[in-house]
Amino acid sequence: MPRNTLNRQLNMVQDEILILGSMVEQATRAAVGTLKSRDLREAKLVFEQDQIINEKRFAIENAILILMATQQPMARDLRTLAALLEVNTELERMGDYAKGIAKVTLRMGNAEVNLPMVEINQMAELAVGMLHRALGAFIEENANLAVAIPKEDDRIDELFNTAYSKILHEMVANPSTIDNVNLALWVIHNLERMADRVSNICERTVFIATGELFEMDGMDEEDLDV
Amino acid sequence: MNQPSKYAIETRGLNIFYGDFQAVKDISLQFERNRITAIIGPSGCGKSTVLRAFNRMNDFVPSAHATGEVLYHDQNINHPSVDAVQLRRLIGMVFQKPNPFPKSIYDNIAWGAKMNGFRGNTDDLVEETLRQAALWDEVKDNLKRSALALSGGQQQRLCIARALAVRPEIILMDEPCSALDPIATLKIEDLMRELSQNYTIIIVTHNMQQAARASDYTAFFTMDTDRSGIMVEYNETSLIFTKPKDQRTEDYITGRFG
Repeated sequence: MPRNTLNRQLNMVQDEILILGSMVEQATRAAVGTLKSRDLREAKLVFEQDQIINEKRFAIENAILILMATQQPMARDLRTLAALLEVNTELERMGDYAKGIAKVTLRMGNAEVNLPMVEINQMAELAVGMLHRALGAFIEENANLAVAIPKEDDRIDELFNTAYSKILHEMVANPSTIDNVNLALWVIHNLERMADRVSNICERTVFIATGELFEMDGMDEEDLDV
Repeated sequence: MNQPSKYAIETRGLNIFYGDFQAVKDISLQFERNRITAIIGPSGCGKSTVLRAFNRMNDFVPSAHATGEVLYHDQNINHPSVDAVQLRRLIGMVFQKPNPFPKSIYDNIAWGAKMNGFRGNTDDLVEETLRQAALWDEVKDNLKRSALALSGGQQQRLCIARALAVRPEIILMDEPCSALDPIATLKIEDLMRELSQNYTIIIVTHNMQQAARASDYTAFFTMDTDRSGIMVEYNETSLIFTKPKDQRTEDYITGRFG
């Protein structure tokens, strides 16, 4: 079957996207872990290693542009490359969220802060799980799997709301720690946004399979009921 | 002619004239081994003239003469001591229009090889080269069939097989797909990629999309104000088609010139 070069290079880019995705998953887990452990060295590492994610994003973008320029992709191939470009950007931004969470740990240092860790951990696990499955569906171009994933975002929104009220209560109860407790709002915000970006990946999967572009869960950050 | 050289072929200050007219001017180019290099550019920029200089096909044009060097295994092939027939065995050529002999598929391959002194098992040679040219599966059941009964794309792959049968090092291709439909074209491009593991391929093409798809390196030629061909830019294909350095290259590949 013709187009071996295009197929081979496309597969290489897809592999790189999967690697970038696993780097983001790992960074998110590690960053959230440092909120509890207050391992500041680890937090600094996560913070600094976002640079590697950024560099990988640019390398992937360059590879996609070269593929577009040299291989003249059409129809599904073109949609796949356009979607890869989009997903690449989403992953890089998710990496920034992980970096932001690591920065919160660095800011808090060893200060005693009462954080809603149960909700934060659950949000992180759910978001990372969604991301993992969304990337699998994306690479397999499985639209049926992809449409189911954004629905899980409801659970993340619930956890966000619970964590949000807990943080507010803590601010009222212990005003002296308000500076640090306030930082927890960043954390839950980042995790909530991460799940939203997973939905964007799922939208691109449907786009590859059907050519249709639409918003899946209809919930942007600004729609959030807080 | 067998000592190793860094490049498959190299030109230094190559000028080619047809009578008084200078067709190409001062071409210095190095062709990497086991890579596909494309030469692109508008009509009349001398790309085919340069390609034909690599196995002295310009010898057949009485008014043509060259100055400068074409180095192959560190030897200038224009030197009188070089046997042009032997040279063309090592540097084979595939032309624009498929030109199989009006003989059977089998004989198309066996003939040239025998004339070049092949002494081995001809059946094996025919099978091996047809496999290398990705044609074996389509023709193996009737090798005695006339080559002229094949489709254009199959004929071109047969011509590639015929070129391979004399064990060349370099394959020159002059617009090898311009007479073929798009699918046959893509098959030849995949074949080129396969062959580049064992051969150096230099292709001249009008079709810059083909150069983009199929080659590792691209040389862009254009016509100078005095109408001689000059080389503007030579680089990795991925760079030529995404970040060309010269405005003339940019204008050509974006379709704003020519």
